[in-house]
Amino acid sequence: MARRWKKAAVGNESSNPTAAGRDFKRRRLGRLPRAGSETRHIGDEHGLSGDVRKQWQIVLGRFVRQPRAMVSLGLFALLGIGSTLAGLFWHYSYLDLTNQIATFGHGGPSFQHPFGVDTIGHDLFAQVMEGTKEDVQTALLVAAISSLIGTTIGALAGYFRSWVDTILMRFTDFILAVPLLAILAVLGNLAARQSGSWFWVAIIIGVLAWTYVARLVRADFLSLRERDFVEAARAIGASNRRIIIRHLLPNALGPIIVNATLTVANAIILESTLSYLGLGIQPPEVSLGSLIAAGEGDTTTFWWLFVFPAAFIVVMILCVNFIGDGLREAFDPRKTRVRV
Amino acid sequence: MLSYLLRRLLASVIILILSSILVFTMVAYSGDPLASLRLNPRTPAAVYALRRDELHLNYPLPQRYWIWVTHAIHGDFGLTIGNQPVAPQLWSHLLVTCEMVIIATIIAIFVAIAVGVFSAIRQGRAFDSAAAFTNYLFISVPVFVLGLLLKEFAAIPMNNAIGHTVIYTIGQQSSNLNGNFLQRLPNYAGHTILPVLALILVTYPSWAIYQRSSMLEALDSDYVRLARAKGLSPTRVLIRHTLRNALIPITTVIALDFAGVLGGAILVEQVFSWQGIGQWFLQGILVLDFNVVQAYLLVTAFFVVAFNFIADVLYGVLDPRIRYG
Repeated sequence: MARRWKKAAVGNESSNPTAAGRDFKRRRLGRLPRAGSETRHIGDEHGLSGDVRKQWQIVLGRFVRQPRAMVSLGLFALLGIGSTLAGLFWHYSYLDLTNQIATFGHGGPSFQHPFGVDTIGHDLFAQVMEGTKEDVQTALLVAAISSLIGTTIGALAGYFRSWVDTILMRFTDFILAVPLLAILAVLGNLAARQSGSWFWVAIIIGVLAWTYVARLVRADFLSLRERDFVEAARAIGASNRRIIIRHLLPNALGPIIVNATLTVANAIILESTLSYLGLGIQPPEVSLGSLIAAGEGDTTTFWWLFVFPAAFIVVMILCVNFIGDGLREAFDPRKTRVRV
Repeated sequence: MLSYLLRRLLASVIILILSSILVFTMVAYSGDPLASLRLNPRTPAAVYALRRDELHLNYPLPQRYWIWVTHAIHGDFGLTIGNQPVAPQLWSHLLVTCEMVIIATIIAIFVAIAVGVFSAIRQGRAFDSAAAFTNYLFISVPVFVLGLLLKEFAAIPMNNAIGHTVIYTIGQQSSNLNGNFLQRLPNYAGHTILPVLALILVTYPSWAIYQRSSMLEALDSDYVRLARAKGLSPTRVLIRHTLRNALIPITTVIALDFAGVLGGAILVEQVFSWQGIGQWFLQGILVLDFNVVQAYLLVTAFFVVAFNFIADVLYGVLDPRIRYG
């Protein structure tokens, strides 16, 4: 099975029958002289022409060369892995009540409690780490779910057009008709009373946050399906399913991945917002949003209750946005000067 | 043009009807509407029966939807849990939110266009980089974090430093307010400034980014090259030829984002304790007041769909090519 896949992935490249089609695709991937200098540079290192490199290697090469995106990726990975490790090795658990509480002039950051303690004695470092961990988990799951749903819907609408397109896009429109946050609040409240676990919060956000991906993929598919290589595949007798999965999807992967990254940022915002309103992740689980809500009233006296969770949220979202931006430039170098 | 209008209108009405069905079904299954009665173990059976009757819970769901929607069209949204009519509360809270959202949206549009256009003209220079950084920063800060920052770390210290409250952080007006409108105006302004600022700051960046790229696209177009080649003055090329065309796509983006602004308003109201429609809706969710929740969702859906319709029409007027697309 694995071998078949590999073969197909390589075969996909040669499935463009005409030279013009191939050139077009290669220019899109940045292999032809348009993105010239860097391709030639890497090729020279190996003593090969740029053509030998695979698409993902080129994209990766462009991504790696952006310091801001790489630093963000490193920091985000550090936050994700570090928060998980901290949960295992830190000398307090996020549920522990320590013998210190925040009172006037006490309980701030110290050697024992780097982020201070809250008004009932939780170690804030352990809580922020747990919150970060749950936020990252939630956001990644949301991105996976919404990309899957959005890609499927967009692909079907863009490929089959006519009534399939009309029904699916009207469906998308009417999900967009109510503020996402409002629907999430209603469903979040339902979930919160059943189980306030991050998993359900992620599912709820994921099944509603796919609308943008769907529109994006649809637009891509509408133009891709007119290409020569699709015509050729159809002429050989490839099924619709095969054309969508083997021929169209790989070509639309760039925007999908970029958008999935931005969905991660969005999901962190949505999840922390819901938890801030008390409609997301419920105690005993903690989220950065619920930590801010808990410390909200005492912010002026005990600044650490707000500053640390808030800083973690903002840094996390900023990192993800920078990663997304780096990926966009890597996948789509021609537009580098147009986008921010 | 007329057939285009009618087509869009029909699509909007269908979307609104579907949304109302979705909203009603979702809310109906989102909890037990009699939960507040069950809190008291001695609630007599007759009270349950009465409440059940009031909420039409004995009918099947489609019939309940029909009863609700026919009443809603006539402006009757039923009773709240406290047996008050929903509609008057809805309109008064809506008015409070409208004040904030309208002011914020208008300012945000101007800020976004100004920032977007200037960063495009000064592409790659200091202003462009600074604007790009600020855009990223504000996109990455959740509304409630920004609101709390403004409130706790800017407004309150500032008020303390001045010695009396200039910028209010709670509510939409002081409760002991009297005098004529002009005398009350500073108080209104003092209450409005922070929520509006928070809403502007989270709304404008994505519009500014969009405006910048559409401006760059216009600057790179053949018609601008032609206008320059004709020897028109740079200002005239910039305003008449570039800006006018670059403003078209942003109308759709702003209209589509309207739902997002309303969502942001929920949070701003929560942070600054405004008695707006978002607060009212959140309270409704927490006490499972179905009529309140449904009324909010229906009204916001109406506004969003209406704005999308207006944007579609506007786009068709501004760019005639769209009508035949």
